[in-house]
Amino acid sequence: MSITIGRREMPAPAVTPETRPFWEAAAEGRLLVKRCDDCGEHHYYPRAACPFCGSERTQWRQASGQGTIYSFSVMRRAEVPYVVAYVTLEEGPTMMTNIVDTEADGIRIGQRVVVHFQPSDGGPPLPVFAPA
Amino acid sequence: MSLKGKAYIAGAYEHPIRRADDKSVAQLHAEVARGALADAGLTMRDVDGYFCAGDAPGLGALSMVDYMGMTLRHVDTTETGGSSYVVHVAHAAAAIAAGRCNVALITLAGRPKAEGMATGTAPRNYGPSPDVPFELPYAPTTVNMYAMAAMRHMHEYGTTSEQLAWIRVAASHHAQHNPHAMVRDVVTVQDVVGSPMIADPLHRLDCCVISDGGGALVVVRPEIARQLKRPLVKVIGTGEFMRAQIGGKVDLLTTGAAWTGPAAFAEAGVKPADIQYASIYDSFTITVLLTLEDLGFCKKGEGGRFVSDGNLISGSGKLPFNTDGGGLCNNHPGNRGGMTKVIEAVRQLRAEAHPKVQIPNCRLALAHGTGGSLGTRHGSGTLIMERE
Repeated sequence: MSITIGRREMPAPAVTPETRPFWEAAAEGRLLVKRCDDCGEHHYYPRAACPFCGSERTQWRQASGQGTIYSFSVMRRAEVPYVVAYVTLEEGPTMMTNIVDTEADGIRIGQRVVVHFQPSDGGPPLPVFAPA
Repeated sequence: MSLKGKAYIAGAYEHPIRRADDKSVAQLHAEVARGALADAGLTMRDVDGYFCAGDAPGLGALSMVDYMGMTLRHVDTTETGGSSYVVHVAHAAAAIAAGRCNVALITLAGRPKAEGMATGTAPRNYGPSPDVPFELPYAPTTVNMYAMAAMRHMHEYGTTSEQLAWIRVAASHHAQHNPHAMVRDVVTVQDVVGSPMIADPLHRLDCCVISDGGGALVVVRPEIARQLKRPLVKVIGTGEFMRAQIGGKVDLLTTGAAWTGPAAFAEAGVKPADIQYASIYDSFTITVLLTLEDLGFCKKGEGGRFVSDGNLISGSGKLPFNTDGGGLCNNHPGNRGGMTKVIEAVRQLRAEAHPKVQIPNCRLALAHGTGGSLGTRHGSGTLIMERE
């Protein structure tokens, strides 16, 4: 029997000076990733320095919000079943997220998904993904 | 510097307790320490090096040294989750080779069962870690993180739930002979795939038990090992690796074993096909499958076929594994299974495993630990041991 995956209450993420721009953009419905000016790599989650080359010349870039599901799991052993997933963004990095607004049995690896922002409990909204 | 032959495992002890309502964590550490030292024929006064990880209470090594009344000249608190104790054996061998200690004691203990911990299904909060704000709100748990690795393996290689189930079936065949095992029922593939789904595609019987208890090891320099009365179990190969998400280049199918295996086999001068017994960390069935591939027991993607049809069952399979029942059936003390992996390998090499699961003339064994979360953030340790 398939389960409809809706939205559950999400706890507020801790905002730090290093990541504040990410959360301010999220409040405006924009997904940011970091890109390194020296080696050109995008990374996620965002850091002050590039995890590939160590450069501190990293810039915030707006991501398209489009991606594909790398892997996922329907957590059935929970009061409100939910789907944890890794989504690979068009820009390259793969990020942890939740898949929402869909039937659990219809979710597939490789499926195209698009970012939505969901309110958190007392903090900035969080990027989640739904079928494109 | 090669560690081959630089140290021997002289003492090994697994706590028989599985639920420790009436014991403290420190008390359990001290009980397993005494057990392993007695097994070796040594006492706490002989110990000059001590190794423990994040399960040690309070200030860790400082608290335990004070509680157990030790006098030390070497200490190591390397924390790589459940694999810590496999890594500790290698570090103990290195410390002995460097002349920093002669008798190294390694202890593990925990009581998640008595404390009512929702080990696998509660979201994991590592506290003020930089990744937490970007992960914890999505409710990653131990089980659904490992489940994503299994889901991806099924997608890329066509691995099935029935193939994963064979890993649990093999463990259950061994556990029936272990009077201390938490679960001793022999199960079938149908039992495993018919058990409740926890996090797709992992069923309840794909998951290890939650248990209290612990274990300890005593690692000594060769001259001391030869003076003791126990069979000689020599450390000949070691490897350790830390695996992470690499800034978003996530690869859930390559574990640290892809590095620790080649390192340990090269140091030991042996091949996977030479190994007669393998203890493989089995937090979940998928942990075993990925580890066997990465250690080189089969090609990447062929783990499902390799574990099928009883290939891991002692007496009939080509690679007997976890003959104590492993974490899937026997125990997973403190949610950290690396210690018991080494202990059962030592039993096999000493010919002290249960007669029903003992490998005849077992000379070469491997133990592998995986601590943390498979594919994303885990510490791996491989140990190859030889009966001299």
